[in-house]
Amino acid sequence: MRGAGFFDIPSDLQTSYLGLIGLHVEEALIPVAIGLAIALPLGQLCVRFSWLYAPVLWVTTVLYAIPSLAFFIFLIDYTGATRTTVMIPLTVYSLVLLVPSIVDGVRSVPQETMSAATAMGFGPVQRYLKVQLPIAVPAIVAGLRVAVASSISLVSIGALIGNQGALGNLLQDAILYHRSNLAMNSVVTTAVLAVLMDIALVLLRMALTPWMPRGGRAARRAARTAAVEPTARPALEDTTV
Amino acid sequence: MIQIESVTKRYPDGTTAVDDLSLEIPDGSITVLVGPSGCGKTTTLRMINRMVEPTSGRILLDGSDITGQPVNALRRSMGYVIQNAGLFQHRTIVDNIATVPRMLGWDRRRARDRARELMARVGLDEALARRYPYQLSGGQQQRVGVARALAADPPVLLMDEPFSAVDPIVRKSLQGELLRIQQELGKTIVFVTHDIDEAIRIGDMIAVMRTGGRLAQFAPPTELLSSPADAFVEDFLGTDRGIRRLSFFSSDGLELSKGPLVAVDADAEQVARSAAAGAPYLLLTDAEGKPLGWVAAQDAAGGADKVAVGRLLPFGRPFAAGRESLRDALDCAVLSPTGWAVAVDGEGKAVGVVSQETIGAAIRSAHARHEGAGGTDRDDFTKAGAAT
Repeated sequence: MRGAGFFDIPSDLQTSYLGLIGLHVEEALIPVAIGLAIALPLGQLCVRFSWLYAPVLWVTTVLYAIPSLAFFIFLIDYTGATRTTVMIPLTVYSLVLLVPSIVDGVRSVPQETMSAATAMGFGPVQRYLKVQLPIAVPAIVAGLRVAVASSISLVSIGALIGNQGALGNLLQDAILYHRSNLAMNSVVTTAVLAVLMDIALVLLRMALTPWMPRGGRAARRAARTAAVEPTARPALEDTTV
Repeated sequence: MIQIESVTKRYPDGTTAVDDLSLEIPDGSITVLVGPSGCGKTTTLRMINRMVEPTSGRILLDGSDITGQPVNALRRSMGYVIQNAGLFQHRTIVDNIATVPRMLGWDRRRARDRARELMARVGLDEALARRYPYQLSGGQQQRVGVARALAADPPVLLMDEPFSAVDPIVRKSLQGELLRIQQELGKTIVFVTHDIDEAIRIGDMIAVMRTGGRLAQFAPPTELLSSPADAFVEDFLGTDRGIRRLSFFSSDGLELSKGPLVAVDADAEQVARSAAAGAPYLLLTDAEGKPLGWVAAQDAAGGADKVAVGRLLPFGRPFAAGRESLRDALDCAVLSPTGWAVAVDGEGKAVGVVSQETIGAAIRSAHARHEGAGGTDRDDFTKAGAAT
């Protein structure tokens, strides 16, 4: 195999270069998607019952502190050396990143906006779906960006439990077959993948939030004044009243 | 009519926000709840659309208890305007305004047409329709807030310190706009503010509340100014309530003297005729009849055409005769270096001048008239100058 090309994947991985990429994306994104599906209702519960937020944060943070390898070894007894074993910890990790961003995002909706929605006859569900969630999108996407990037990098560790690491498997093969270009391939492809995913998420956020000030410095300043002006003024006023 | 019947709101921690409040809010007029912070005015407002439920007592809307119908239907029948507008930042201006109509099941097109119609009504440029809230100034956002509250044409409008977060100039124009809209629409408006000047300017009836959620006085503004119920109300009104009350007296009946008006090209003989009336000063007017400035009678004896226009005494701010109040007239007289106020018509042409003494006499007779009428006869009062 010595001297084989950059994109020549050893046959023991039983897939092509593109196949590895597909596998990697799948193993990285499914956990984030499941994490999001759990984090959205969990985050909403934490907003409604604020006493819940501290313990939820505590539990998820403790779980985050468990090294992924320890997680895998623990899970192998139940789910075997499979992709599921890799994806369960990744799901838990993404929860830690997503719950706070959802809670912060939903909490960032101004009190006036919530009052206005209530006064216009929005029920709690409508208020959540039509007001809080859309306004929380930037914060949620910010959380997603971190979760996706970390997930993409962590998938590679799955290589340690029997070639379940997608692009990470190339690292082991690089050692096995003394092919440093495989290691290079793994690292570069993973990095490029992470960057592309990040760009996709930024584009997604821009598509979902045409209402956000963007572009030049002027737009940002406009947004800042719009946000600051109303709160800054009353203080000024109190002296005149 | 909204009837608030012995309503009390007590929170679990023991604080009483509203204490045994009874109020009858008349239809088609602006009722202002005013008081220092912590007086329960916002709580009272929020009980009307059930964003806060009273601990005891009840609230009737057109005779039926507001707890008798679904809460969201009740809320949609009342427009709500809030400080900082509380716009949906993720929706365009037109969609913000169309919110309630859409919830009531209007199709998108009809709701948006309605929204555009309301934008015009509150004085917003059509070009702003597709913009997002962050692209608007605070004053514009507040107009959107008003338009949004009016969208489904609710009979009742609840306004919670809607103009207190904008600067004084914008606030004044928004108040004027509200009065204009109210003249066209005749809604039942409940308006909360901590600003007594705002209350007096826009209120048909004013409920002054004191800390602890008790009603101190419920009266039309002019009665509030002339006879505050107690020391608290008097203190809250401030020291110049006598002057402020004058804004409710029209300058209509003010006796204007035309004698001292002299055209800028008048000769010595014409000036002598004007001066014969005994006024110490003459007001020179230009070819169109607009005021130029004052000149002492003896200085113009040689003919107005001989007087250097640049050396005339300034006439200050003129007042619009009949349309502005006695307060405006008095203000003009006080500002004028001669002590005489200049009255102008709608085109800015001088229609006469009036001395402080004459204004003083008019004030005394206006007082006498209104005391005689019991001080509560609303028909006698004009909101002169309020809409300008």
